[in-house]
Amino acid sequence: MDVLFDGLADAIGLLVSGDQDSWSIMMLTLRVSLTATAIALLVGLPLGAALALARFPGRRVVLAAANTGMGMPPVVVGLFVTVLLWRSGPLGGLGLLYTPAAMVVAQAAIATPIVVALVTAALQQVDPDFRVQMQGLGATATRAFAALLNEARLPLLAAAMAAFGAVVSEVGAAQMVGGNLAGQTRVLTTAAVLATSRGQFSLAIAFGLILLMIAFGVNLALTLLQQRRTVPR
Amino acid sequence: MTVLLAGCGSTPSTGGPEASPPADRSLILATTTSTQDSGLLDELLPAFTRDSGWQVKTLAVGSGQAIELGRRGEADVLLVHSPAAEEKFVAEGSAGQRRLVMHNDFVLLGPPADPARIRGAKSAEAMKRIEAARATFVSRGDESGTHAREQDLWSGAAVEPGGTWYQSTGQGMGETLRVASEKAAYTLSDRATFLTQRGSLELEVLGEGDPGLLNVYHVIELTTKAGERVRADGARAFADWIVAPAAQRLIGEFGRAKYGRPLFTPDAGADEAALGQ
Repeated sequence: MDVLFDGLADAIGLLVSGDQDSWSIMMLTLRVSLTATAIALLVGLPLGAALALARFPGRRVVLAAANTGMGMPPVVVGLFVTVLLWRSGPLGGLGLLYTPAAMVVAQAAIATPIVVALVTAALQQVDPDFRVQMQGLGATATRAFAALLNEARLPLLAAAMAAFGAVVSEVGAAQMVGGNLAGQTRVLTTAAVLATSRGQFSLAIAFGLILLMIAFGVNLALTLLQQRRTVPR
Repeated sequence: MTVLLAGCGSTPSTGGPEASPPADRSLILATTTSTQDSGLLDELLPAFTRDSGWQVKTLAVGSGQAIELGRRGEADVLLVHSPAAEEKFVAEGSAGQRRLVMHNDFVLLGPPADPARIRGAKSAEAMKRIEAARATFVSRGDESGTHAREQDLWSGAAVEPGGTWYQSTGQGMGETLRVASEKAAYTLSDRATFLTQRGSLELEVLGEGDPGLLNVYHVIELTTKAGERVRADGARAFADWIVAPAAQRLIGEFGRAKYGRPLFTPDAGADEAALGQ
C-alpha cells in the first residue's frame, strides 16, 4: 500500500513542483493523442458517414473490416508502421521513425477504425425519415448532412472520446514507433513502463495517475460539449 | 494549469517544430536494457552530446534485437553484451570495429532459503542442482545477452532445461527479477540491474565470481555496408568517445556513491582474455 500512497504523493509533487521532464512528457502525451484523435475524426467521420448513408457493393465487408479494426492490437499497428518507416523501408527517406510524428501516424491508424465504426452505428440510428424530411423542406445536401451530424452529435462525441481514450492509454505502438526517447518521444505510458522496469514503482504510479487526470480532463471537456443544449426529457 | 489548457487547444499537425533535434547530427544507439535501467546512459549520453554535438536516440532492447537492428542498418552503433552473437555478426562484414568497453558480472540469484542448495557452488554445479531439485527457475527468454549467457550455463552443465519448473518471461531484466522474487525462484541477472533494484526484491546473490559469469560489453559501430542511411561518422564518434579516458572514468565512477561500489569496470584497451582474473 505504501507504493500507492507514495505514488499519489509523487504525482502531486511532480505536478506542483513544475518538474520540467514530467511537464514535457505530459505535454507530448496531450499533443500526440489530440493530434491523432483529430486526424482520426477528419478521416473517420466522412468514411463512417458514407458507410452509414451510401449503398455500394462491398459495403458490409468494409463495415466488418472497420469493426475488426476496433479490436486491432496496437502492437500490430506499431509493427506495421515501424517496418514502413524503417530506414530500409518504403518510407524510410522521410526519417520519421522515433519522432512524435511517427507516433501520431500509428495512433491515428489505431483510432480511425474506432471512429468509422462508431460513426456508422450512430448515423444509422438516426430516424431514416429525417433525411427525407430535410430534403422535403428544401435543404441542400450539405445542410442536410450538417443537420444530420447535429442530430447524432451525442454518439459522435462519444466516438471522439473512445478514440482519444484508445490512443492516450496505448503503450505498445507508442513504444515501438517512438522508441521512448527521453525528451523527444517519451509519453506517460512509456514513461510508466520504463519506471516500472527500473523498479521505481511509485514514480510509475505517479505517471499513471497523471495520465488518468489528463484523460479525465479531456473527457470532461468533451462531455460538457456533448451534454450542452441537451433538453432533459 | 494555463500551460495544460493551452496544450489542449492547439493541435499541431505533426510533432511540432522543436520535437526532434536536427537530423544531421543525430544517431541511433541500440543497446541493452541493463545500460538504460541501471541509469548508466543517463550519465554518459549528456556528456557525449556536450563533447561531440551529436544527439543520441537510445533504443533499449535485448542484445539479440539490438544486433538485428544493426544488421538491418536501422541503428548506427551498438553497445551490447552477447559476445558469441557479436562475433558472428561482425564476421558477416557489414559492421565496423568492435571494441571492448567495460564489464561487470552476472550473478545467480535465488530465494534466501535456497531450496536447491546452490549457495557458493560453481555455476555449472549450481545449474545441475537447480534442475535436480526441480526448483523454479525464471528465464528472460528474450534473446538478450543475459538469456544467451543463461543458455550457455545450462549447456555447460549438460542440462536441457524444460518442464514446469523452467519458466520464461520474455521480458526485460527488471520485470524478470520481480517475477523471480514473487515466485521465490532462481534467476540469472547482471549485477548492475540487481543492485539498482535490490531493495524491492526477496532475492539473494547465491552464485558469483565464476569465470562463466563474466559480463562483457562491446561497442560495435555500423558502416554504410549495413544500409546507406547509417550515420557511420556519428557511430565512429560515439565508439571513439566511449573508449576514451573521459568516458571510461565516468563508467568507473558510476554507482559508487549510491551503492558503495561501481556497477561497471571500464576495460577499454585491456586484454579481454585476462578479464576477471
